[in-house]
Amino acid sequence: MRGLLGREGRSTLGGVVAANASGPRRVQAGACRDSLIGMRFVTGEGVVVKNGGRVMKNVTGYDLVKLMAGSHGTLGVLSEVAFKLLPVPEAEATLALEGLSHSRAVEAMAAALGSPFDVTGAAHWPGRGTYLRLEGFSASVDYRAERLAALLAPFGAVAPVASPWAAIRDVKPFHGRAGDVWRLSVKPSDAPGLVALMAAEVLLDWGGGLIWALVEEGADLRARLPGLKGHATLVRASAETRRRLPTFQPQPAPLAALSAGLRAKFDPRGILNPGLMA
Amino acid sequence: MDMPTPNPAVLARKARIVERLLGVLPKDAVIHEEAETRAYECDALTAYRCPPLAAVLPRTTAEVSAVLRICHAEGVPVVPRGSGTSLAGGALPTADCVILGVARMNRVLETDYDNRFIRVQSGRTNLSVTGAVEADGFFYAPDPSSQLACAIAGNIAMNSGGAHCLKYGVTTNNLLGVTLVQMDGTVLEIGGAHLDPEGLDLLGVICGSEGQLGVVTEATLRILPKPEGARPVLIAFDSNEVAGACVSDIIKAGVLPVAIEFMDRPCIRACEAFAHAGYPDCEALLIIEVEGAPAEIDAQLALIAGIARRHNPVEIRESRSEEEAKKIWLGRKSAFGAMGQINDYMCLDGTIPVTELPHVLRRIGELSAEAGLEVANVFHAGDGNMHPLILFDANKPGDLQRCEALGAEILKLCVEVGGCLTGEHGVGIEKRDLMTVQFTDADLEAQLRVKDVFDPAWLLNPAKVFPLRVTEGRRAG
Repeated sequence: MRGLLGREGRSTLGGVVAANASGPRRVQAGACRDSLIGMRFVTGEGVVVKNGGRVMKNVTGYDLVKLMAGSHGTLGVLSEVAFKLLPVPEAEATLALEGLSHSRAVEAMAAALGSPFDVTGAAHWPGRGTYLRLEGFSASVDYRAERLAALLAPFGAVAPVASPWAAIRDVKPFHGRAGDVWRLSVKPSDAPGLVALMAAEVLLDWGGGLIWALVEEGADLRARLPGLKGHATLVRASAETRRRLPTFQPQPAPLAALSAGLRAKFDPRGILNPGLMA
Repeated sequence: MDMPTPNPAVLARKARIVERLLGVLPKDAVIHEEAETRAYECDALTAYRCPPLAAVLPRTTAEVSAVLRICHAEGVPVVPRGSGTSLAGGALPTADCVILGVARMNRVLETDYDNRFIRVQSGRTNLSVTGAVEADGFFYAPDPSSQLACAIAGNIAMNSGGAHCLKYGVTTNNLLGVTLVQMDGTVLEIGGAHLDPEGLDLLGVICGSEGQLGVVTEATLRILPKPEGARPVLIAFDSNEVAGACVSDIIKAGVLPVAIEFMDRPCIRACEAFAHAGYPDCEALLIIEVEGAPAEIDAQLALIAGIARRHNPVEIRESRSEEEAKKIWLGRKSAFGAMGQINDYMCLDGTIPVTELPHVLRRIGELSAEAGLEVANVFHAGDGNMHPLILFDANKPGDLQRCEALGAEILKLCVEVGGCLTGEHGVGIEKRDLMTVQFTDADLEAQLRVKDVFDPAWLLNPAKVFPLRVTEGRRAG
C-alpha cells in the first residue's frame, strides 16, 4: 500500500495480519487469516496469550487467531505469527479480454471462477483489460489456459499477456492521483450497479467482489450507496475528511456492542489504537 | 468424567419452563416426557448419557430466538444440537438443560452460481448441501466422515474438516456468513455473500466455538466448481517411517493432492477382513487422490509415483477405471465400521507437524503395548491430523477408563511434539480436562473472556471445552 498511500518504509508481517491484508489470490487461496495458523500476542493489560499453533488443522479451543487477524491492533500487539505455506507454483499465465463494460467483465470473471480451471486471479482494470490468472505445473497451466480461452470466447478475443497482478495488488492506477481512495467488499454481481452509483474511477479485483474507488476529495462514498450489502473502507483521505467520515463501515448496534465488549475485555483501559474501529 | 450438578431450582421449575416453551412452539416441537427426552441423552460419544430437561425442535430463526429468550429469562442452560454426531460429546446434555435441536431447519434458502455461494438453514446435512448444487457442477468442500448425517450447524460449531481439506480448507475457510441468535434472543447477521466481513472477525471466532457463543440458524457457504475428474493411487510401504517420509516429500515437491490418507497395519488388516478391498499386507499404506483433467491427473500421479519409488514401496497401485478407484477407497471408507465390528473403539483426533509422523507412530505403538490396548491408525496424513483408534471392550469393567487414560497420553504426546489435542472433532467434554496441557491459564482466560462477551450468564453449552474448575466461578455467576 506504500505506493497508494505515498509512504516510505516497509510493511511487516504483523501489519499484514493486523489488517488481514490479502491480494488478488484471495479469490482462490483465501484471505490472510485463512493461511494464519498460530500466534502470540500481548493484551492491553500486558498479558501474553498464545493461540493456534504450527499445525495445519487445529480446533482446540476458540480460534482467537482469526479474531486477532484484521483487528488492526485494537485487541493486542502481535509478537509472533505462524503461517501455512504453499509451494511456489512452477508456472503462471494470465489471459486478457479487452474493451468489456463493468457488467460484461464481471460476467466473464464469474464464468471463469465458476469453471473447474482453478483461476487464481480475476480482475477488471477499466481501459486496460479484464485479467484471469492460472497457476501450477506448466503442462497443466497450458492445458487450462486453452480451455479457459475457449470458455471465454463469447466475451471477445482472449490473449495471453504479461502479469499485471503486482500492479493490481498495489492499486497502481491510483498512485500519485488526487482524490480519496475507498475499498469496498461486495457481492461480485452487485459491483456493476454500485459502480454506476459511485461517480468514481474504479479497479475491480476478486471477480468484482473487491472495488477500489478513486473519488473526489472529501466525498462520502457511503452516502451514494444506500443499502450497501458489504462494506466500504476509507483507505486514503485527508485528516479533515477522516474527522468527518469513519474509516470503517459503521456496524449495526448489536454487532458494534459485541466488538466494544471484546475490546473492553482485551484492552480494559483502551490504550490500543484508541479511536480506530470504534 | 464430571458434569456440573444440575441446578435444583431449574429442575423444580420444569413444568413452568415447558409451558412457556409450548407458548412459542407447536406442540410437536417440545419434547419433555421422560421416555422421549431419552432420544437426546447422548451424541456419538455414547459412553456418556444424560436425558435433558426438555428438547425443542424449532423451524425458524424467530422460534429459536423465542426459545432462547425464555431460557435466558429462566436461567436454563441450553445445549445446541445439530445431528448429534459429535465424537467429542459436544451435544451431551445436563439434566437441567434444554436441547435446542436444529434438525427441522433444513431448507436451502438461496443458491447463487455467479457468486458461488449457497445459503442454507443450519440443520441441513453436510452432504445434502453438495446434493443441492451437484447437478449444476458445484460442491461444498468440507467433507467430514459423518457427512451423510452431520448438520452444517455442528460443522460450524466444531469447525469440521474432512479428507479433502488438505486442498480446500476446513469449515472456517468456506464459511461466508451466519445468522446467529444470541442467548438473550438477539438475532445477528454476520458476513454474507461478500468476502471478509467488516469490523472484527466475529465469524472467525464463532466458527469452532462449539455452540458456546450463540446458535447459528442460517449459513452462507462458499461452493466450488467440481474438478473435471479425480483419481486415487495406493502406495504400500514396509514401514510407517518411510510412508511418513514419503508424505513429507510429496508435499515439498509442490503437488497438492486433495487427500493423503494413511493406514497402519492393524487398520489395514481390520479393513481387509471387513471390506475385502484387496489391500496388500504391509506395514503402512497411503491413498493419495489428485484432481484435474485426465492429462493433469496422469502428470501428478507420475510425479507422486516417482517420489514414492525413491522410498522403495512394496507396491504402487494405480486406478485405471472408476471401479478400481472405488476399490482403493473402499477399505479406507469402511475403516470405522471395520473397527466397530472388532471392538468398541475410541477415536482420537490430535494433529501433529507432518515431520513428526514417524516418531509419533512409534511412540503410540509403545504406549499401546504398555497399556495393553490395541491402537489402529488411520488419518489425514497430508495435514498431520491423526486418528488413532483405541480398541477396548465396553463390557469389561475398567476398560473404558484404561482406554481414556491411554487416549490422554497419546494426546499429550501430540501436544509435546508441537501439535494440538484436536484437529477437527472439537474438545467437547472428551478433551476438556486436557486443555491445560496445551494452554496456560492466561491463554484460557483470553478465550473465556470471549464467551463472557457473547454469553455473559454462561448458559450456552456451559460445561464443554474448558475444564470445569476453570469455568466454575463463571458458570455459577
